[in-house]
Amino acid sequence: MSSREDILARVRAHKPALARPLPQVPFFDPPPGTDLPATFRESFVRMGGTLPDCGQDDPLDVVRRIMSTAPVTCSRVPEIRGNRSLSDDTPPASLADIDIGVVRASFGVAETGSVCLTEEDLLVNTLGYLPQHLIVLLDPARIVSNLHRAYQRPEWRSMHYAVLQSGPSATADIEGVLVHGAQGVRSLRLFFVPGHDG
Amino acid sequence: MSGAQGSDLNRNPPHPGRLDHAEGASIPLHSRVREAQPRGAVINGDQPIDQAGAAERFIAAPEHERMHDARLWDLRQKRDRQMHGIAEWEDLRRLASEIKEHALTHLDHYLEQFETNARANGIHVHWAQDADEHNAIILSLLRDHGVKRLIKSKSMLTEECGFRDFMAESGVEVVETDLGERIQQLDDEAPSHVVVPAVHKLRSDVAEVFARTLGTDPDDDDVHYLTEQQREKTRPLILDAQAGLTGANFVVAETGTFVVCTNEGNADLSANTPPLQIASIGIEKVIPRLEDLPVFVRLLSRSALGSPITQYTSHFRGPRRGGELHVVLVDNGRSERLGMEQFWTSLKCIRCGACMNTCPVFRRSGGLSYGATYAGPIGLIIDPTFNRHRYSSLPFSSTLNGSCTNVCPVRINIHEQIAGWRRVLAETHELPLMKKVIMREAGHLLSHPALYRTAIATADSALKHLPRFMVYNRLNTWGHGREVPAPPRETFHQWYAANRATKKGKPA
Repeated sequence: MSSREDILARVRAHKPALARPLPQVPFFDPPPGTDLPATFRESFVRMGGTLPDCGQDDPLDVVRRIMSTAPVTCSRVPEIRGNRSLSDDTPPASLADIDIGVVRASFGVAETGSVCLTEEDLLVNTLGYLPQHLIVLLDPARIVSNLHRAYQRPEWRSMHYAVLQSGPSATADIEGVLVHGAQGVRSLRLFFVPGHDG
Repeated sequence: MSGAQGSDLNRNPPHPGRLDHAEGASIPLHSRVREAQPRGAVINGDQPIDQAGAAERFIAAPEHERMHDARLWDLRQKRDRQMHGIAEWEDLRRLASEIKEHALTHLDHYLEQFETNARANGIHVHWAQDADEHNAIILSLLRDHGVKRLIKSKSMLTEECGFRDFMAESGVEVVETDLGERIQQLDDEAPSHVVVPAVHKLRSDVAEVFARTLGTDPDDDDVHYLTEQQREKTRPLILDAQAGLTGANFVVAETGTFVVCTNEGNADLSANTPPLQIASIGIEKVIPRLEDLPVFVRLLSRSALGSPITQYTSHFRGPRRGGELHVVLVDNGRSERLGMEQFWTSLKCIRCGACMNTCPVFRRSGGLSYGATYAGPIGLIIDPTFNRHRYSSLPFSSTLNGSCTNVCPVRINIHEQIAGWRRVLAETHELPLMKKVIMREAGHLLSHPALYRTAIATADSALKHLPRFMVYNRLNTWGHGREVPAPPRETFHQWYAANRATKKGKPA
């Protein structure tokens, strides 16, 4: 017998013969009228992300100004141009010298301040990790209330890769002192920018 | 990496005061004096682990003990704040427990469903009965792909399989990408905690390890400096690796997805950078549906570190464009444990470490004192299923206070299972000789009331008069690390005989 058959046979022989029905999972929705973008903002900042204040300026102009200070930039967003091009056959490790990457998130989660970045949003998955800094655009109309609603989204059934990113790379492995940029991006900045299909 | 050099953008912004989110401490901790790091339990073949002895060495290093205790208790308090912030917390715990129990009682079905869906998405699925087979499968994959270096994110399953040592012997370089696990790798130690592997080390210990292995400044123990040095030294190894290995926190049968949770994003780096991606997954990780996943994601990091979610919660449902993805489903004793009537629900564990953070024994003895892959309360009930003799002393390293059970997000009755193991070990003659003798004598004493009364009165009166060295010595474990309570003036029976026996019928 193969290991597969051995393992499955042992599982069948040993699994407890107890009735343990699968429960219904409620959505635990917040009260109607909850301001999702405001909740998202609060959670996002708590996880270490920043939401730069654009004042009266167009957020895209603010992003362009930030980009202009960096030597190597790469954008997956049509409105923003970087100086490093990206195609679907770009080797993943070659993104290591990018200073700032820009992507548009598929959606956000108010409860946790997470943005969902899929393989389509990133084109090359390492765009989410190898740049020193990451800028994310999010359509405020695409914020769901909590994780139960988030997992109702279609991305989980269509994408091979998707991440809920909540703030920058962080560690507190040495004496509990929190440090950003442990391995992945050192900062995560977010701008609310309505999408064309939003 | 030209663009990364000489740019201010590549340095972290000036510190805006102490950060306090995710796994950050909410109280500033800083060791004041240098103190050598106490080492863990000595592994001596199949001999029972001397947890108490290793714990004594840890306690004998007061800076380490104090910091370890404070840091873990801080995590426990942060967990409590998260719990109080969610009205449905107890509902989530109940749901998590019910989903896991359903999945485990239908495990064959969900494993097959996962396999079918994962294969349909282009994932190669392998099955491993034990650690040896797990290691052999991965080695053969690495050899087929000409892999010389593998980058790896933290995975307790690979610790269980002795993966790093095996690969070292096989000539494959393994580089840990989790900072805590990397520290442990460089110091040639096992992780001491399932979530924070180097939590038993002070910053001075890390500075010493990095100076010795990475060539950093031995006198600079600034945490930001150490973390940055590690980032700079590890990154070239990551970019150059030919394969990446991760574990998995959850496996969704319905979609063929596996989920990895990290705060550093290191699992994503390991998975997304090299051409070959491998995941080692214990068979108990499977849950039925996508809608079950949020229950666990909401509980995991809140229970572990007191943060609402890990910085990265990553979902892999198929290979990336041009990449290759292999999953190894590992049994290694799990299917046997499933058949243990008293202990099968320990398979519900999601490895959050909440039971460790709250356990007074763990906090004061350090995870390495357990001499096993899994430390703390959950370790006490899992480890004996791997080796009943070697880990026979572990179920006694508990006060049975039940705090572990109270914080467990999947409602495992941990302290009851610890007590259950004590019974099993006594029945199967795995008790240490000293405990056996004491138990036999105690049994005799407790079944003879007159003898018992005399013994108690004698002991109490002896305690009053014995010199300290007679009470606080190696034989009296109750005198270790604490004062023996002052004996009462008289026993209850002496008082009763003097007062009640002669005043029968009078109101109290």
